[in-house]
Amino acid sequence: MPQPRNIYNRPLDLKNGTIDMSHGSGGRAMAQLIEKLFIRYFDNELLRQGDDQATFNIPSGRMSISTDGHVISPLFFPGGDIGSLSIHGTLNDVSMSGANPLYLSAGFIIEEGFPLADLERIVKSMGEAARDAGVAVVTGDTKVVERGKGDGVFITTTAVGTIPEGVNISGNRATPGDCILVSGTIGDHGVAILSSRENLEFETTLQSDSAALHTLIAKMVKRVPNIHCLRDPTRGGVATTLNEISQQSKVGMRIEENQLPIHPAVHAACELLGLDPLYVANEGKLICICAEENAPTLLELMRSDPLGREAAIIGEVTKDPNSFVEMNTTLGGSRIIDWLVGEQLPRIC
Amino acid sequence: MKYVDEFRSGELAKNISAKIKAAVDPERSYNLMEFCGGHTHAIFRYGIQDLMPDNIHFIHGPGCPVCVLPTSRIDQALYLLEHNDIILCSYGDLLRVPATDGKSLLKAKAGGSDVRMVYSTQDALKIARDNPDREVLFFAIGFETTTPASAIAIQQAADEGLKNFTLFCNHVLTPAAIQNILESPEVREIGSVSIDGFFGPSHVSAIIGSRPYEFFAEEFQRPVVIAGFEPLDVMQSTLMLIHQINEDRFEVENEYGRVVTRDGNQKAQKLVAETFELRPLFEWRGLGEVPYSALRIREKYKVFDSEQRFNIPKLHSKEIKGCECPTILRGAKRPTDCKLFGTVCFPENPMGSCMVSSEGACAAYWSYGRFRE
Repeated sequence: MPQPRNIYNRPLDLKNGTIDMSHGSGGRAMAQLIEKLFIRYFDNELLRQGDDQATFNIPSGRMSISTDGHVISPLFFPGGDIGSLSIHGTLNDVSMSGANPLYLSAGFIIEEGFPLADLERIVKSMGEAARDAGVAVVTGDTKVVERGKGDGVFITTTAVGTIPEGVNISGNRATPGDCILVSGTIGDHGVAILSSRENLEFETTLQSDSAALHTLIAKMVKRVPNIHCLRDPTRGGVATTLNEISQQSKVGMRIEENQLPIHPAVHAACELLGLDPLYVANEGKLICICAEENAPTLLELMRSDPLGREAAIIGEVTKDPNSFVEMNTTLGGSRIIDWLVGEQLPRIC
Repeated sequence: MKYVDEFRSGELAKNISAKIKAAVDPERSYNLMEFCGGHTHAIFRYGIQDLMPDNIHFIHGPGCPVCVLPTSRIDQALYLLEHNDIILCSYGDLLRVPATDGKSLLKAKAGGSDVRMVYSTQDALKIARDNPDREVLFFAIGFETTTPASAIAIQQAADEGLKNFTLFCNHVLTPAAIQNILESPEVREIGSVSIDGFFGPSHVSAIIGSRPYEFFAEEFQRPVVIAGFEPLDVMQSTLMLIHQINEDRFEVENEYGRVVTRDGNQKAQKLVAETFELRPLFEWRGLGEVPYSALRIREKYKVFDSEQRFNIPKLHSKEIKGCECPTILRGAKRPTDCKLFGTVCFPENPMGSCMVSSEGACAAYWSYGRFRE
């Protein structure tokens, strides 16, 4: 019996090949890239239908949608890469509403000349992250830009999910007297990234905390449907997230420095570089704000899950017309925790 | 973290706080100037003022390297970027300092200039080695703390025969600045600023030792306590200053004995002396032209001197109107005395250098304690 004709003129050279403009042109090369790389690693029924969109039935109730562009440098870092991060980051954004994520989409903008081997490593890692999370990438897009017009690869992902009945989580629901919880050590991701930046290599065993938190969140909202706020303190760190929520809810906050869970390696790196861990990014942590009576339950639940083992109650919501976030220092004084200004730059002295 | 947490202990802070409260004379006030931005930063970051009696006033001095750099030097760097194909390397804080007409190195970078933030002079050398066909300029700033690293870079560049590396030297000297403040009319004649004692620099003193301050203590009859940058260091040094002031002593005492010696780091001093020489005159933001207050590269290493390699004209620099940075740097005004503070000047949009660095008095006031004033 004759074999079906191979429609591609030459095999995709995943070992030594590079991306060229034809991979984004809509022609055969692009179809080949999609089949040999994206479908191979994302494989699922909806994607295999081969249409320009994925179609599916929706359950009743409220849905949640979120999108996130990933432009991280370096692309590969201790504890993850741009691929796994692009899955975790967006799943976290959508599930911070209490939603169970259902589907993902992924858009790639790839720079001409980008090694196919690196792309395969990234797509494989994305596929694994999506499979581990139990959420499929069901549609996508590929574009190629000329050399010098991108930084290797940019990945934008979107996720949709459904919100369980009776759950109403929003940054505007923090109420004076509420407790503020964090699900674990802060600043791990940012310091892991810094440690692998070209001009700053320092040795650490520290890994990025990049992780999808929706399974932990599902448990939390099941036990306490009336959680007021959930947010992942990514760029700008815990300090910026607390300021955002204070502003949104028109309340103040007071946190305790000696309650902040900080990994010793992060503490040391921040001391060395003159950074404040409160402003360093996280990719696998959440801030939870809930009524005081629910805090012990949630703390115990978080600590019983590997994703929240080092969870802590770090402070409380206060009444403050200025929406200031204040911190009682370990020394016994207090200070304002302001928004992050620009990028955190190292001090000179 | 060992050797850090011990110096931030709340228990010990309570003890020292109680001792300070017991030691102060309630009938008088104590105006203590911390020269270094590092101390300013510690005071605000740890909320030290909360643990002090009301009659202790911290006056924030000019010891923040980016704060005292005059606009003209950044204008010159921007001129170089505009007229030459260079890679300009700089420490992080400097990138945001406003230059004439609201320009900055960060904006130049966004406009396409090759400006790179580095963590050490070694990074700049590496960039020079990796880009042999391009000129690499290191924008060197800082007090005696950062000068040895610049000296090493120049000597290494000489040893390696690097042809494309130069250093734009803006290194300044602490003792000259302290003397200038003490001799300023505000302190000496008008008496509008009373400074009862000084916290001596910690990292600077690790290099130069405590000996250089002995002259001031004697000549100007003001006590100096060399203080570490950790919060308990600052508190303990406050107590030591109070004792000296109460007893009418004006000595140089060293609280930061775990790092600072009387003679300092002589190896570093030798390295600096081999590489740099005194500049007869250098402009400081806030203090104006101060004689023999800065360094320049010695003739022997002139091929590594950006000011020799490139044509750098004297530029007509403009400060932002109404910006009180100069007066604030001399301790004669507080950030909240400035009309721009918190109205148009914020850390996001700094009008003056004191709002840029976290060591700057304005940035510290704004970021850590704006509502208290």
